Amino acid sequence: MRAKTMEYFDSLIAESAVKIKEEKEKGKKVMGYYCVFSPVELIEASGAFSVGLCATKQEPIAAAEKHLPRNLCPLIKSSYGFAITDKCPYFFFADAVMAETTCDGKKKMYELMADIKPMVVLDIPNSSVYEKRKQHWMDEIYRAKDFIKGQLGLDITEDKLKEKIKEHNEERKLLMELVALNKSNPTPISGSDLLKVLWGRQFKADREEYISKVKDLMEELQDIIANTDKVKGPRILVTGSPTGVGQEKVINAIEELGGQVVLQEACSGVKGLVDLVDEDKNPYEALAEKYMDIPCSCTSPNTRRFDLTNKLVEEYNIDGIVDITLQACHTYNIESYQLKKAVNAPFTQIETDYSQSDVEQIKLRISSLFELIEG
Amino acid sequence: MYTVGIDVGSAAIKIVAFDGNDYKYTIEPTGWSPKSKGAEVYSRFLSDNKISSGHIKKVVATGYGGRRLDFIDEYKSEITCHGRGCHVLDPSIKGVIDIGGQDSKAMLLNGSGKVLDFTLNDKCAAGTGRFLQVTVNALGLDMDQIDALANNSKPLEIDNMCAVFAETEVLNLIVQGAKQGDILAGLLKSIALRIGSLAGKVDIEGEVAFCGGVAQSKVLTQMVEQYCNLKINKLENPQITGALGAAVIGF
Ligand code: SF4
Ligand code: SF4
Repeated sequence: MRAKTMEYFDSLIAESAVKIKEEKEKGKKVMGYYCVFSPVELIEASGAFSVGLCATKQEPIAAAEKHLPRNLCPLIKSSYGFAITDKCPYFFFADAVMAETTCDGKKKMYELMADIKPMVVLDIPNSSVYEKRKQHWMDEIYRAKDFIKGQLGLDITEDKLKEKIKEHNEERKLLMELVALNKSNPTPISGSDLLKVLWGRQFKADREEYISKVKDLMEELQDIIANTDKVKGPRILVTGSPTGVGQEKVINAIEELGGQVVLQEACSGVKGLVDLVDEDKNPYEALAEKYMDIPCSCTSPNTRRFDLTNKLVEEYNIDGIVDITLQACHTYNIESYQLKKAVNAPFTQIETDYSQSDVEQIKLRISSLFELIEG
Repeated sequence: MYTVGIDVGSAAIKIVAFDGNDYKYTIEPTGWSPKSKGAEVYSRFLSDNKISSGHIKKVVATGYGGRRLDFIDEYKSEITCHGRGCHVLDPSIKGVIDIGGQDSKAMLLNGSGKVLDFTLNDKCAAGTGRFLQVTVNALGLDMDQIDALANNSKPLEIDNMCAVFAETEVLNLIVQGAKQGDILAGLLKSIALRIGSLAGKVDIEGEVAFCGGVAQSKVLTQMVEQYCNLKINKLENPQITGALGAAVIGF
């Protein structure tokens, strides 16, 4: 059974584009961003719209390959392709873009993108053990603040920032409560629907409406939990490179073969939601602390990801792990070997891109994992 | 009573009937339509062996085309089936290496033939049967000539990860006047090394079974032993391990 409220989330991304256009025509500024490292609270505290930018579809990749190497992660090619073809309405409406030096491919691509849009690229220290990293990241957030003032002419007050931090914390807590409903067996919401809800968060034009729909959805899911007793297939955690709306093929294959995608550890899942921003501290320092500690493979070493994954495996009663590596993503690819050793659950890595050409191969890997779980 | 295992691969359909002790089998080319060819080979196999449908407990399918057959009771992945089939033919093996047309696989087995861990090649043709086919064609040769030519040759360095580029590399070597046998030996060596790294990923050591059509090459088998520190136990029927495994699992 599928919750009826999902209909709202089905059309959320498309409808938000229209709303943002209307707001923009009324004079509102729009700032786009790509990754969970972006301190969106800062953007919103300025009064601008913060909006996620499209990066997870195959369609614009051919255009991107005119400038970028073919042998590059599809996420990077897709982001750039959307930017140069005007096919992502959000990129089109954005007055500026906030980005960050995650992996090498992304940071070099942003150099090309800077010719198209005003950009502020925050410098993430690669080392997770560098003593001055928090100070450094805080300075970068201040730099972003100055950029927003200079480029968009918008001021950020400390009070406003605190208010946004609070709002986002509330939203994170709520979404984690939603995800936690999938601790039941069978899970009341499918992995692809859960992705849709979490992914939609970065595109929504109206926070209150979004929050109230999430609450409606949770109520419905409670009912579904109360009214189903049949135990369904293996409980799978998905991790690895981000999986966005438009390239859910691995999630779909898991579900088609009878598995339950319980949650994602990835950026498109709970990676950015598990930690809150400290509301009692200086807001810039608090933001720096939270965003610095995101367990992304771009930082080294990234043992927090192993700890988080193990914790989720336990809490959510996970039977097996599917680690998605986008082709040419070296950081997640290498880390897969370490992750496999670090977790104690049956594990398979799937290397893929955004095309549909390998769906059968993916199914073979997944059904083999299921059979390994069954024993 | 029998259980039947049917493995519909991209090149051949393999069918095995297992009675708890012994087995009968057939191998036929897949052709254009795995689904109708599967049904046709199946009914012919039954009548040739005088097995009536009343004597069949269960039909278990595997392989890329297996899922599409409509007369089966169950589907199991090739990984599980090859693991079990190889174990039945030789219980002493610790792992299985399978070079298929589109996928190369390595599986680590426990003492009863269950798969403990597995890995497959990434989204690239290198190290697969397809890779060998393309490069052998570039030499203007046929697959069955490989061993005769590569035997006692000095493998040249061929290190492209990509089948398409490896083909170019082969053509360059021909232009430079390299010997066909040395080029072939180089190709086989590059496949052996790739197989070795797959096996290493799942910690396979010691005695392994080697299946898939390409495994029939003696030179490749020797190279896998030489370069990858594995001991290959020759199976009496390496092509049917998937179907046999499926039949045994169903029993
Ligand atoms: S998936 Fe990997 S390569 Fe692609 S943008 Fe993310 S970190 Fe970079
Ligand atoms: S074109 Fe090359 S890299 Fe791509 S799959 Fe084929 S062999 Fe591999």
